[in-house]
Amino acid sequence: MTALVIRGGHLLDPAAGVDGLKDLLLKDGRVVEIAAPGKLKLANGSEAIDATGLTVAPGLVDIHVHLREPGQGYKETIATGTAAAAAGGFTAVAAMPNTSPVNDSPEITRWMQAPERGASVRVFPIAAATRGSKGEALNDFAALKSAGAVAVSDDGRPILKDSIMRETLAAAARVGLSVIQHAEDTRLTEGASMNLGPMSFKLGLRGMPPEAESAIVERDIRLVTELRDTRTHLHVAHTSTAAALAAVRQARRNGLRVTCEVAPHHFLLTDEHVGFYNTNAKMCPPLRSAADRDAMIEAILDGVVDAIATDHAPHAIHEKEVEFERAPNGITGLETALGLCLRWLHKEWKLPMGRVLSLLSAQPAALLGLKGRGTLAVGSFADVVIFDPGAEWTYRARETRSKSRNTPFDGWTMQGKVRWTISEGRVAYTAEG
Amino acid sequence: MNPAATSVRRQLQTPPVPASQFPFNPGSLLSIMDLGLAALSRLLSRATALESMDPLLRDRLLAKRRVALLFYESSTRTRTSFELAAKGLGADTTLVSSLSSSIEKGESLKDTGLTLRALGAEAIILRHASSGAAWLLESETRLPVLNAGDGMHEHPTQALLDLRTILAHLRPGIEAIDAETLAGVTVSIVGDILHSRVARSNMLLLPRLGARVLLCGPKELLPELAAGPGVIIERDFEQALRQSQAVMMLRIQAERLAGTQLDLDEYKASYQLTGQRLAAHAPLAVVLHPGPIIRGLELTAGVADGPQSAILEQVKNGVAIRMAVVERALTAAEQGGRA
Repeated sequence: MTALVIRGGHLLDPAAGVDGLKDLLLKDGRVVEIAAPGKLKLANGSEAIDATGLTVAPGLVDIHVHLREPGQGYKETIATGTAAAAAGGFTAVAAMPNTSPVNDSPEITRWMQAPERGASVRVFPIAAATRGSKGEALNDFAALKSAGAVAVSDDGRPILKDSIMRETLAAAARVGLSVIQHAEDTRLTEGASMNLGPMSFKLGLRGMPPEAESAIVERDIRLVTELRDTRTHLHVAHTSTAAALAAVRQARRNGLRVTCEVAPHHFLLTDEHVGFYNTNAKMCPPLRSAADRDAMIEAILDGVVDAIATDHAPHAIHEKEVEFERAPNGITGLETALGLCLRWLHKEWKLPMGRVLSLLSAQPAALLGLKGRGTLAVGSFADVVIFDPGAEWTYRARETRSKSRNTPFDGWTMQGKVRWTISEGRVAYTAEG
Repeated sequence: MNPAATSVRRQLQTPPVPASQFPFNPGSLLSIMDLGLAALSRLLSRATALESMDPLLRDRLLAKRRVALLFYESSTRTRTSFELAAKGLGADTTLVSSLSSSIEKGESLKDTGLTLRALGAEAIILRHASSGAAWLLESETRLPVLNAGDGMHEHPTQALLDLRTILAHLRPGIEAIDAETLAGVTVSIVGDILHSRVARSNMLLLPRLGARVLLCGPKELLPELAAGPGVIIERDFEQALRQSQAVMMLRIQAERLAGTQLDLDEYKASYQLTGQRLAAHAPLAVVLHPGPIIRGLELTAGVADGPQSAILEQVKNGVAIRMAVVERALTAAEQGGRA
């Protein structure tokens, strides 16, 4: 493999503690040298990227995406989903198992990672915790792990039975896998299509109470406590309520390994953004109250949140052009995450750029144990995002690389334009113009 | 709640909620909020004018214009009323209902709407079980859409005919309304508020005329978060009656009750409008009901048929109001702008 040099850029690698002008030499899919500008020893004859004026950072890591393959290629494929990921600066994505069929086997786990899928960036499958995600019988976690699964989850179909969740946590701990829970007590959300509150009353829609989320998070934390096994790792997906965050905060104080992620839409939008039945503002968990949204911001700023994850959930246009109650849950997010995080978390709310990037790369990579990702230290994978940190631009959903365009952020101003995304030494995305 | 959250809320700018683009068509009536006080006044006086007009002259107003009635839910009153209204103005109407159309074959609301538009429909009157359906239909077809009831959300023409009925009793002769027209008036809406699109539209309309709205019902059917500007919760029915000049009774929507625990005998004991209750606590109030009424449940037969009942007047007012609304739908664009 030819070498690639990135010259003149500002290297910002929070995990390695680097924040300054550096040149990078990438070779054979790895970072082989970092040097002061113009000082690389092995750079002669290499391909070069001029990153003058740009920020060079570890490729972003999204630990919560839906790539829809196998089975729902009309919404997204691994090829199109990872192309969108690359356009958004992501070099690694963890794919949820609610495919068709459900990814509950080593075969599907391997199939998703096969070169024939045409992925632009690295795909890490998250396997189903239970057979068919039915919440009844546990899968063989050791086999799934050796096939490449990085965590187990019944995302979208939360594990309600205490006994099954306890077994899942225990079995995953034994093989060193994280358990990711979509915390929703579906007995409290049947027939509901948005957050329960004045807005759901006003719109005449059945609402999901915040307790449907927090009750499961509290239950899961209790189970982790009872297990008394330090290897147990519970990760709370797409946290959306102040009460769930409070439970996570308390669990951490108690020394438990409980982590959480927040999606950009949950720290930016509220149920008021549903407007008059905008199905591109419908997802699960739903957009919550302003108080919940503010709690997300606060928890990001004060460090309780471990990762920003998009919950990229593509759906075909015809599936969203229906009555609100009938529309499927989910929005796309891979192309807008960095632009929204820099525009709001960094520019507006003054979270240092290094911390924003850490929430989008180093921390999620560490959370799922993705070795050599989320940093550009010598020897790491050559996963790089090069972006113009000050550039403001407008997101246009029709220009997406995803197969779907179900986003509430169409027309929004973004900050930080991705110019190149490099996945294991190969250029996976180059901005036009 | 963590006190820090409050400080975040105070200090930090967050993305604004964009203004609504609805309605796209100036002839649409999706929500009662689409009508300001001036537009409401125009509709009320137009309803009176159309009602008293020579039917043979009225018949020419919308002669051969095409109006589609798209009904996904069963309806007697609203459908017949809209149909008579449109026909009374000379329009051709066509009825598409869910049981005798491509809807049964799985056609989407968007496609049905586009098909009706291609067939020449100039306005669509929509009744649908899903809240928000009228908004979807309008954004996809850009035709004038008249919301004849969307799920649990709104029923704006019902609120208009209720207003006409209330005004006839409490402010006879007044059609030019303003923010004080119903000052000092209390209207109680009683019963299944949670599932009622009639309640939601009236709650959005009556306070704008200065009326005080009391919502009355058990917590299963009336959540605390229903209260709002000019809208107060009063769980004690008799207390509510004593304050009211108009009482609007609602049907228990058994078809939407799934999952709620409601004892109907207890409900009747607390909230049924009986002759005794009415005589004791609101002997002068006008009694309304959007129908269909269930005699012996939310009110007794004696009250429904009694001298204080305006239930059939409401039905009659519905035709007049809907003539004005249909006329507006087909002429608002010509008059250039939002009526």
